[in-house]
Amino acid sequence: MQWEIVIGLEVHTQLSTQSKIFSGASTAFGAAPNAEACAVDLALPGVLPVLNRGAVERAIKLGLAVRGKINSPSIFARKNYFYPDLPKGYQISQYELPVVEGGSVRIQTGHDGNECEKTIRLTRAHLEEDAGKSLHEDFHGMTGIDLNRAGTPLLEIVSEPDMRSSAEAVAYAKTLHSLVRWIGICDGNMQEGSFRCDANVSVRPRGSDTLGTRCEIKNLNSFRFLEKAIDYEARRQIEILEDGGAIHQQTRLYDSDKGETRAMRSKEDAQDYRYFPDPDLLPLEIPESWIAEVKSRLPELPQQMHTRLERDYGLSAYDAASLTADREIAEYFEAVVDKLPSDPKLCANWVMGEISAYLNDEGRFFGDCPLSPGQLAQLLARIKDGTISGKMAKEVFRQMWLKAGLIGKQATAWKGRDSQINENLADQIIESQGLRQISDSGELEKLVGEVMAANSKSVEEFKAGKEKAFNAIVGQVMKAAKGKANPAQVNEILKRKLME
Amino acid sequence: MLNFSLKQLSALLAAKKISSAELTGEFLRRSRTLNPDYNAFITIDEEASLAQARAADIMIAAGRAYPLTGIPVAQKDIFCTRGWLTTCGSRMLSNFVSPYDADVVERFNAAGAVNIGKTNMDEFAMGSSSETSFYGPVKNPWDTTAVPGGSSGGSACAVAARMTPAATGTDTGGSIRQPAALCGISGLKPTYGLVSRYGMIAFASSLDQGGPMAKSAEDLALMLNVMAGFDRRDSTSLQREPEDYTRDLEKPLEGLRIGLPKEYFVKEINDDVARAVEAAVAEYRKLGAKTVEVSLPTTKLAVSVYYVLAPAEASSNLSRFDGVRYGYRAPEYTDIDDMYRKSRAQGFGAEVKRRILIGTYVLSHGYYDAYYIQAQKLRRLIAQDFAEAFKLCDIIMGPTSPTVAFGLGEKSSDPVRMYLSDAYTIAVNLAGLPGLSIPAGFGEKNRPVGLHIVGNYFAEAKMLNVAHQYQQVTDWHIRTPVQLES
Repeated sequence: MQWEIVIGLEVHTQLSTQSKIFSGASTAFGAAPNAEACAVDLALPGVLPVLNRGAVERAIKLGLAVRGKINSPSIFARKNYFYPDLPKGYQISQYELPVVEGGSVRIQTGHDGNECEKTIRLTRAHLEEDAGKSLHEDFHGMTGIDLNRAGTPLLEIVSEPDMRSSAEAVAYAKTLHSLVRWIGICDGNMQEGSFRCDANVSVRPRGSDTLGTRCEIKNLNSFRFLEKAIDYEARRQIEILEDGGAIHQQTRLYDSDKGETRAMRSKEDAQDYRYFPDPDLLPLEIPESWIAEVKSRLPELPQQMHTRLERDYGLSAYDAASLTADREIAEYFEAVVDKLPSDPKLCANWVMGEISAYLNDEGRFFGDCPLSPGQLAQLLARIKDGTISGKMAKEVFRQMWLKAGLIGKQATAWKGRDSQINENLADQIIESQGLRQISDSGELEKLVGEVMAANSKSVEEFKAGKEKAFNAIVGQVMKAAKGKANPAQVNEILKRKLME
Repeated sequence: MLNFSLKQLSALLAAKKISSAELTGEFLRRSRTLNPDYNAFITIDEEASLAQARAADIMIAAGRAYPLTGIPVAQKDIFCTRGWLTTCGSRMLSNFVSPYDADVVERFNAAGAVNIGKTNMDEFAMGSSSETSFYGPVKNPWDTTAVPGGSSGGSACAVAARMTPAATGTDTGGSIRQPAALCGISGLKPTYGLVSRYGMIAFASSLDQGGPMAKSAEDLALMLNVMAGFDRRDSTSLQREPEDYTRDLEKPLEGLRIGLPKEYFVKEINDDVARAVEAAVAEYRKLGAKTVEVSLPTTKLAVSVYYVLAPAEASSNLSRFDGVRYGYRAPEYTDIDDMYRKSRAQGFGAEVKRRILIGTYVLSHGYYDAYYIQAQKLRRLIAQDFAEAFKLCDIIMGPTSPTVAFGLGEKSSDPVRMYLSDAYTIAVNLAGLPGLSIPAGFGEKNRPVGLHIVGNYFAEAKMLNVAHQYQQVTDWHIRTPVQLES
């Protein structure tokens, strides 16, 4: 039988507010245990929650970015359960009326001509507080509790079961990851747990329109684990069904060491969370004026920019998608094109080619690229005006990178040091090392003549019909010119001379 | 001097006829004598109180005295008080010294008032008799075989026995007004949201409201001037212009329309209480007021609605008492679940456990719609009833409690009978309205009767005016129990 995999994701994004969602304590990562837990986070008797408007504003941004409905009012509810790192004995979340409902995200899968676009619908996004952390090591049979994370604002973004492969799930997660960073509501740091996925996975016979019984895989904190966990889980379910078994609704954990998912609890022992509206918090009213104000400050969204890059710059869908995968790449690219509007394609090639490769090698991001967009634009302009060849440009680029990269890593971020940037770096390197291309036709005529005389054998071979000999002669000319001869001109002159 | 009003005490202090330290010492001496019998206070810290009194004397000497500067005020042990044991009448918090002050406590501190002690109460404010306290029952100063009412029974007793000139209370279903009535003092539950709940240990968040307890309406007004006000730390606190609640005290009552709900004067009410209330209403007619019959048809539903909603919220509010971070933890346990079970089983008393069970039940899957949602709908109807009634009258009057104080132990084995005695006060909390109880004579066994005055939202100044005018022509509020006359 042919099986179809059905996946829905619940993504917990940690919102990038300075303070917690219901208290004034800091959300900074890495403080000493309980140093960032105030009376409210410790759930001392008598304390009360006060909603952080910054968290709401970020939820509004997401709602606008996915074209969802922003509910007013939305309701905070208590989810009641006992756990040592849950200080109040309940988590404040949203249940029946979430802050955002509906909306969608467009994803791209495949590449090199197999690109495929798909829309993933969102069910909802709701605000909630994170719990603390239980520490089991170093306490000699006891458990330590760190409540620094308790009360950290989260936006849980829930999708419809619209994905049909782990590749689609990863593409969706990456698109969402890029989007939340793009609109500045989440730092996206997966190691620190700022972006975590739960995957709901089920399988069904291809063609069926009823959903199979699902299992939820909790807490996947990397795209690779997400992919592997889904693949494993789908295989597991298919094997059970093909052996005549049945799937039991379960919550499962992914063991990244063994590469498998394990049952955590089943539906039968699912807890009754006794949700009810939190009487300490009023219904959250979001007036139209607030939404309009947030909208006015929202940056151009990746999807809009994608369309604009294709339309205005004539870039391919693939190029446009790559450039809009990250706001920093997009900003960098736009800044380069700003200086060299005549050739966006050349700019795109270099941004996604050399710059991306060098940054990748050094584990750096576009935000701290040592070369400024202006510096790159000058180099590209020298290719365009024939001063250097594309091949030579790569050598100049290498030297520019080394020169700019000598400055300390932090200080080299092109953003924020505009006044210190040496915008003529490319020209200086070309001049000081005499890398300027020889385009003087008299000089080239003379050079070609000399090479032909010295390589009469090759000339004879070409005239005898061996076309490969042409390239050999060009190679000799370039060698004699130490790589600086304008290759197009050399071709033209050589062709003419051989015809004589 | 023990019978002096706050205004009189303030005048004595201002005239330097007495210092706050002397005044505080006077009340502390009285507590030392009486409290062992009455059990009104859980904590008395003479040194801490006297230190505050000396600080107040400096304020007075410097000419920076506010109306309550130097005056002793007792705090119900539900208000977190920095450096003081704050137990909420429970073994669960029998070791909890608060690291912070409740908003109400901060306000009294800023006003220069002296904390004269933390008063006893029903455990977590759950009860109408102050018998459920881990620290033992409070006695009614008018008759020590009777209960003082609850849950703010310690505050009511302390004021009635003149161990403090005034006290704070909290009222979720009548916990200020009923003990005030049963102890023959005045008590006000303000409009929901007027007094900050920050630092007031939550019982049922949507109903809880702090308020003053004192001898007279005038004293209540002075207390409310300190207690009321917006607090950004409480999201249900209301942002309003500050008011002077003494401003209307002297207004004549000519033309006042008093609504008498026909549902209040039925067979549930005892004859002695009915007689006292009718006499009080007659007094109001003499003052120029008119009476109109109004109807509150949902009155009989209030107790049922309350005993769904209040326990529901309580079951969740009390989840934080798990023995993990503070409070009582069972000495022996096998694992985390066992620690929860034993700590809560040993830390909470029977009434608290009963309400946690009820609350957990009504919020459970499959029961939520039938109980919680239904109760919320009825709650709105109850508020609508009052809104209709206030179209016909300015103020609603009736008995605070259908009976005078009952005997200690008399109802503790019959919780439902105990719950039913709060019908009049509970509806007011459900509607979020302000309610006031003032002494209106005596009933059976010479025990006090309270007159319940309910106003529209934010009508506190009017209600205090109505109460004050009555206290100008009657003396119930200045009578003291015979054995306490000095």
